[in-house]
Amino acid sequence: MSPSPERWLDRDAGPVVRPYAMTRGRTRPRGAGFELIAVVKATGEQPGDRLRYSPEHLRILRGCERPVPVVDLVADVALPLGVVRVLLGDLRDEGLITVLPAAEPAGDRPGPGVLREVLSGLRAL
Amino acid sequence: MAFAPSDPAAAPALVTTKILIAGGFGVGKTTMVGSVSEIRPLHTEEPLTDRGVHVDDTSGVQAKTTTTVAMDFGRITLSDHLLLYLFGTPGQDRFWFMWDELAAGAIGAVVLADTRRLTGSFPAIDYFERRGLPFVVAVNCFDGADRHRPEDIAIALDLDPGVPVLLCDVRRRESSKEVLVALIEHVLSWTDPAAQPAAPAGGGAVPTG
Repeated sequence: MSPSPERWLDRDAGPVVRPYAMTRGRTRPRGAGFELIAVVKATGEQPGDRLRYSPEHLRILRGCERPVPVVDLVADVALPLGVVRVLLGDLRDEGLITVLPAAEPAGDRPGPGVLREVLSGLRAL
Repeated sequence: MAFAPSDPAAAPALVTTKILIAGGFGVGKTTMVGSVSEIRPLHTEEPLTDRGVHVDDTSGVQAKTTTTVAMDFGRITLSDHLLLYLFGTPGQDRFWFMWDELAAGAIGAVVLADTRRLTGSFPAIDYFERRGLPFVVAVNCFDGADRHRPEDIAIALDLDPGVPVLLCDVRRRESSKEVLVALIEHVLSWTDPAAQPAAPAGGGAVPTG
């Protein structure tokens, strides 16, 4: 896992900015939450006035150029889950990212078709 | 490149699924996630209460009310559009709230058990039974641990009839894979009785009851 270029201290030093500060005190995104395995994607809209966005916003936006599950995005940008969710909410409010429709409604167990596909995929590993 | 607006009629480009790996402390959850999947770092900020295992050094930080917790999280790429995530459930009691989110929409769960400390598996089994999430019990056969028959373990754990109990060695990728296969076969037979396999599921799986 190569460290993010934005990081000027190594991970062991702990975060330089408390996560709370990156979200300006917010702990939850506005609107619907972001499921761990929901897939998000940049809409292709350009962020207007870049000064309104923190470096973390832009890092997350870059991380969604292709469809990416929220958990992978969290790992890619090396920020805590709660922070990524709040900042994703900001980007969604601005129309910069969208949650792609899932095969099942959020919170539902996958149907037999997907289960069989997972089963044959696992057996083929 | 420009992205087309999302079309609700189009098949999702990426299908994501998840399985929970639960069990008592030190039973091999991290080992299992690591042996069968590509392990990835996942940090989550949680309220800081009493002492915890992963609490950061708080010296010099006044009024610190949150802590960063590393979770076990692995990814198995099954095809270019199908991903399976494994989440190790956090062990400490104060993270029970995370379980609800992890369990929502999950395929099911693997409860890892160690026959020397079976009681460590009770909280996870209780939780999945109450929530109605299908699970299998995988007994991690540590070196030096007595081998017990799966039937006896099912009785000791007071499992409902039909919950598969498997013996496994989670250090081995193949063995971890068999546990996941057995879980999915169990879920398929649970949700669609017509699809029930005639033979016991997976390598070493023994249906109870």
